[in-house]
Amino acid sequence: MGMAALVRTACFRLAAAAGFGLLVALPAAALEIRDLTSPGGTPFWLVEEPSIPIVAVELSFAGGARLDPPGREGVANLMAGLLEEGSGALDAIAFATARDLQSARFGFSAGADSVDVSARMLVESLDESVALLAGALASPRFDPEPLERVRAQVLAAIAEDETDPESVAAKAWFAAAFPGHSYGRPADGTPESVRAIAREDLLSARSRLLVRSAARIGIVGAIGSEAAGEMVDRLLAGLDAGTAPEPGRTDLAPPPGIRVIALDVPQSAAVFGHLGLPRDDPDYIAAYVMNYVLGGGGFASRLMDEVREKRGLAYGVYSYLADMDETALYLGGVQTANERMAESLEVIRAEWSRMAAEGVTAEELDNAKKYLTGAFPLSFDSNARIANYLVFMQEEKLGKDYIDRRNALVEAVTLDDVRRVAARLLKPEALSVVVVGKPVGLE
Amino acid sequence: MRLAPISAAMLAALHVGAATADQKVTDFTLGNGMQVVVIEDHRAEVVTQMVWYRVGSADEPRGHSGIAHFFEHLMFKATSTLADGAFSKIVAANGGSDNAFTSYDYTAYHQRIAADRLELVMEMEADRMRNLVLTDEVVATERAVILEERNQRTDNSPQALFGEQMDAALYLNHPYGVPVIGWRHEIETLGLEDARAFYDRYYAPDNAVLVVAGDVAPDEVYRLAETHYGPIRPSGRPAAARAQEPPQLAARRLAMRDARVRQPYVLRSYLVPAYDPANPREAAALDVLSEILGSGLTSRLARTIQLDRKIAIDTGAYYSAFRRDAGDFTVYGVPAPGQDLATVEAAIDEVLAGLIESGPTEEELARVKRLSRAALIFGQDSIASQAQLYGSALAVGRTVQDVQNWPEVLQSVTAGDVRAAARRFLVPERSVTGWLESAGEAG
Repeated sequence: MGMAALVRTACFRLAAAAGFGLLVALPAAALEIRDLTSPGGTPFWLVEEPSIPIVAVELSFAGGARLDPPGREGVANLMAGLLEEGSGALDAIAFATARDLQSARFGFSAGADSVDVSARMLVESLDESVALLAGALASPRFDPEPLERVRAQVLAAIAEDETDPESVAAKAWFAAAFPGHSYGRPADGTPESVRAIAREDLLSARSRLLVRSAARIGIVGAIGSEAAGEMVDRLLAGLDAGTAPEPGRTDLAPPPGIRVIALDVPQSAAVFGHLGLPRDDPDYIAAYVMNYVLGGGGFASRLMDEVREKRGLAYGVYSYLADMDETALYLGGVQTANERMAESLEVIRAEWSRMAAEGVTAEELDNAKKYLTGAFPLSFDSNARIANYLVFMQEEKLGKDYIDRRNALVEAVTLDDVRRVAARLLKPEALSVVVVGKPVGLE
Repeated sequence: MRLAPISAAMLAALHVGAATADQKVTDFTLGNGMQVVVIEDHRAEVVTQMVWYRVGSADEPRGHSGIAHFFEHLMFKATSTLADGAFSKIVAANGGSDNAFTSYDYTAYHQRIAADRLELVMEMEADRMRNLVLTDEVVATERAVILEERNQRTDNSPQALFGEQMDAALYLNHPYGVPVIGWRHEIETLGLEDARAFYDRYYAPDNAVLVVAGDVAPDEVYRLAETHYGPIRPSGRPAAARAQEPPQLAARRLAMRDARVRQPYVLRSYLVPAYDPANPREAAALDVLSEILGSGLTSRLARTIQLDRKIAIDTGAYYSAFRRDAGDFTVYGVPAPGQDLATVEAAIDEVLAGLIESGPTEEELARVKRLSRAALIFGQDSIASQAQLYGSALAVGRTVQDVQNWPEVLQSVTAGDVRAAARRFLVPERSVTGWLESAGEAG
């Protein structure tokens, strides 16, 4: 656990807001994506990029924290955190030593809808690195020492979140929106549920979540298709075939209105939002373009212009479409002084209404298209980013030709499309708002 | 007003270094003193432009803290030819993204955009180097934004507030003891005159470094830089020397309590040298020392305090070599449940004493060197991090050659060098020890 507070960073003009739009980008012409199947029958996507002697692998297992059993919330997260803490004959120290000997870099994390594994490996030690990663997935030890150490780290992080207004607001927002559904529970669990997790829970989480049929795999680097196929089979050799989880769809909707949670801090944080649009909705791309204008486009967005640039109310304000496996949301956030939160929320609600009633101007639409289509190819400038995008396209079932179709889809959006989707999507009266802090004039 | 005839422009001999076969680095200097570094990476048709000014928070007039960062925000306002906020909107409408950041020694502005739009961003960046038009109203609104930024980053975070207190105690006289964002009571007084004076004094080509990285050719960058930056008159006024540290004779201790703290920890910072071109091995030895002490599960601190004694859930060490005047070397420990800060601090002291006494093992040294070689290869995957590396180095007075020699210097570090650095610099009188605790908790 790296404690963010201990890392001194420079001051940035605008912190990258977590969870900005999900539809990030892809290059059109240059990328040759191959949609392949390993000799053992596992599908994977590959881009060969021979110029640097490294291989990037991204593995995403569908499922994740939303499948945590009741009372064991946080087990996917803790399991992911322990995959690198010893496997097979190697204890935690032996595993770390072996990984460093090959100069490999592994990352493991769990979100609501997936468990994600990323690996950066040198071509010169690829076989040894793959063997280590395969062992981590197939036979993690979950020894008592790392289990208690990582559990304590998770508990400390949960405790720290209790006085961070942004974290409190996000957790409270989801808890109110999804009572009784796994999305209403924090992915890292509660202190009680994390304390209750036993080694058996971790073993069963591993065999439930890390199954071959749930894996979406993207590989980018100095490796050919035959070697990549063999690598995929070696990586997944110790996993059951299993079945990919079938997400259901919840009809739960966040409760309208403003709720205040008291916390003694100088600046309040707000999370706001309501239902969104699933990616397979015919208007999804129009909504994506609309969001760029409303709150997704940083300094090009209306929310930033009205809240920050004109009034100096906040350092950052943003909105984004969140397409989750079992629901779709339209969410946003702002942090502002306690005395100014009420005004900030009024301004945001007014922009919600204006967009719902009027849509965007021809100039705004034009600028949005120029940015979204122009930025698309720029996001494919590293192996790691391309590998992430290969997985994203598989998760969203977009097809490998999506990269060639995507800019045309954006270009095709008309003023009427945006007006229609804005009227359909944006419901100022449905906004569910959680404010954490000591806001003045809000009950 | 064109000052430099193009033929006289290249003052420094053209220097070409090869980081790898595909990432060629070229540097030259324009006639007006602006340094230029070109890093070629032809994998994608993308370019990053960064302009680094050799001025940061450590150059601020005493009592006016925060003006360097405040001014960075103002650089996005109107110029004699562009409207307020137009800079970022034009970049976005061309599919690019832009931002800026301020640190102790430098302020940098950067854009990432399609390679064929380099001239557009260069023209606009050159424009705002001299032609900014500031008004009281613009300054007042932005001051409100910056106070919200300070709320969000610092005042809402006891960990960030504690970091400020640590720095203020570590530097007895040097302005590194003042936070980059500024003290709140001083930000509140910053106005138009502060901004104008800062702009006039520091924003000039002879105080700037241009880094262009991506799908570009050095001769084309040279031509464009001459056209757009070349005509700007140099200031002839390099940054003034800063107040330096006197000998530090007394170990300092801090204890901070805040009701929002849920997880206490102990920090120890030592005043150490920054990279010195005359003696780069000293900084390299400190860098290696920080990795051996506190990077990863197999580091000394983690192995001893977390794994063997199980009294901490997190430990670490870091060293900031790349400052202009001084570095700080910091270690930390986060107690396990039921353990107190005194026990963890004593254990850290034992680990430090062991390294001072016996130095690192050959195995520890080999691990760090191996990972450092691999980091060079992985680093090639991100052209943005290459631009960052060269820009930050040149902005604090290092050369392209220094950057390229650094990996070899690291490889040349011996166990004796590491032990000598530990023995010389990890001494009580250079240190500040801080405990961050929850209010009400017994010390």
